[in-house]
Amino acid sequence: MTVLAPTAGGSSGGATLDVAEIRADFPILSRTVRDGKPLVYLDSGATSQRPRQVLDAERHFLETSNAAVHRGAHALAEEATDAYESARERIAAFVGADIAEVVFTKNATEAINLVAYGMGNASVGEGVDPAAERFRLGPGDEVVTTEMEHHANLVPWQELCRRTGATLRWFSVTPDGRLDLENDPITERTRVVAFTHQSNVLGTVPPVEEIVRRARAVGAYTVLDACQSVPHAPVDLHALGVDFAAFSGHKMLGPSGIGVLYGRHELLEALPPFLTGGSMIEMVRMEGATYAPPPAKFEAGVPMTSQAIGLGAAVDYLSAIGMDAVKAHENELTGAALIKLQDLPGVSIVGPRTTEARGGAVAFTIEGIHPHDASQVLDDSGIAVRVGHHCAWPLHRAFGVQASIRASFHVYNTMEEVDALVAGVRRAQEFFGTVPE
Amino acid sequence: MYQEIILDHYRNPHGHGLREPFEAEVHHVNPTCGDEVTVRVHLSGGEGRDAKVEDLSYDALGCSISQAATSVAHDLLVGHTVGEAFETLDAYQAMVQGRGKVEPDEDVLEDAVAFAGVAAYPARVKCALLGWLAFKDAVAQARGPQAQAGGTHE
Repeated sequence: MTVLAPTAGGSSGGATLDVAEIRADFPILSRTVRDGKPLVYLDSGATSQRPRQVLDAERHFLETSNAAVHRGAHALAEEATDAYESARERIAAFVGADIAEVVFTKNATEAINLVAYGMGNASVGEGVDPAAERFRLGPGDEVVTTEMEHHANLVPWQELCRRTGATLRWFSVTPDGRLDLENDPITERTRVVAFTHQSNVLGTVPPVEEIVRRARAVGAYTVLDACQSVPHAPVDLHALGVDFAAFSGHKMLGPSGIGVLYGRHELLEALPPFLTGGSMIEMVRMEGATYAPPPAKFEAGVPMTSQAIGLGAAVDYLSAIGMDAVKAHENELTGAALIKLQDLPGVSIVGPRTTEARGGAVAFTIEGIHPHDASQVLDDSGIAVRVGHHCAWPLHRAFGVQASIRASFHVYNTMEEVDALVAGVRRAQEFFGTVPE
Repeated sequence: MYQEIILDHYRNPHGHGLREPFEAEVHHVNPTCGDEVTVRVHLSGGEGRDAKVEDLSYDALGCSISQAATSVAHDLLVGHTVGEAFETLDAYQAMVQGRGKVEPDEDVLEDAVAFAGVAAYPARVKCALLGWLAFKDAVAQARGPQAQAGGTHE
């Protein structure tokens, strides 16, 4: 284990961090795999590992205060509700949102579906709340997304269009892995623009402000997939000006089973609920029900409590390090990986080749070696990467590749692990005979 | 896992290419990685399990395991009756899905025993089965809807 040397830090103002100290908080990082090989975990884009502080927070809550939140009046119920709402408050502050703008969901996929189904519910049947009329979609309306989306920010919109008769349009991707902003599908007919804050494959960070400006100019709602940005860089949702955003707990050192939907308060008040039942009501009679104000309106049933507490602890952990420092560290690893991988013959980066407007997901292909075969050789050396289409099949199709290998970083990764990846790729090339030994 | 036999079949696949005549053609995809295989079967004579597998032709895009496994399937299944081919397929499937607990019968599986190592890597089992299950599906389709024997058509 190595202490990262202090770096200039660029615009982050000299933010540095002690990787060895951080790694000591993650017990899993010290295990070995495949006959004693040290684990080199480069798959944080799929799910990140969790520090002791997160695990301890969940355990402490369950050992001392566990109860169903927002129901009951006993001591534990009060403590549990306070812990749950305190987590919401800290998570909201972490992304520059107000507390009532943060809805807890099962994961980010559910958060995006919540918006899509809410809009769908505003679009069908009779007796829709007049306030929800603003979300009504039908034939002639258009929903815009992008070719670089994760399936989670594509399929729900395909389905919403199918249910309502609206039409799906999308921004294409340029050969260098950027959104093609020249051929803009946003028109007066556009009602929703759903796009990623950072591609989970390419690492590309699209110009959010510009896309929000264009969407606003035609009165369209913006939905930001922030799954790959919130865990890795400072994000201020109010400053970005998006209408909705989604991110997941398990990619930001927190638990699985919890995600977050952010929505501007005025919109959450007007959006019809997705899941209905207990907790989300104001008044219920046999003939019908009225709903609680947001965020409760969108949290039907007993919620995931220890996961929310754990995510609160993850946010505290990241805040203590500082998101500028997290971003600077990952940027350094990404830059090194891009340079070293491109130095290998036959290796092609899928996505931007420099760290400009780009995060720490590095996808690549190796000429003559199927990604599955490459990952097998890497895995035998203890190196965990993702292979396949990473839930972004249309994007891979656009690049004319069947699948790719993706290394992705988080705050606990080291430069030595980047070197291990590069050496592993080299070994795979020798094994399959695509380069001379 | 990467035995020399597997790499040989990967580099020089046997029976590769789509040929005429055929009674059924299927296209299977591994949704986790996007690997694809198109398999055609040509059966002759006999009813049901007595029909003979005259040809298994294929076109595949994928990793070394899926490509080599389909090549080996061609070697082991062509020239046998459907009944014999399904017995071989069952033995092969039991081996690769056996988590290392199934002792392969080398007399039945021949070159296919090289894929025993796949059983230790659950994520790769689907790769090793892609072409084989496509064959099973194609045979079922060739024999008509009433004879559908299952398989994972996607």
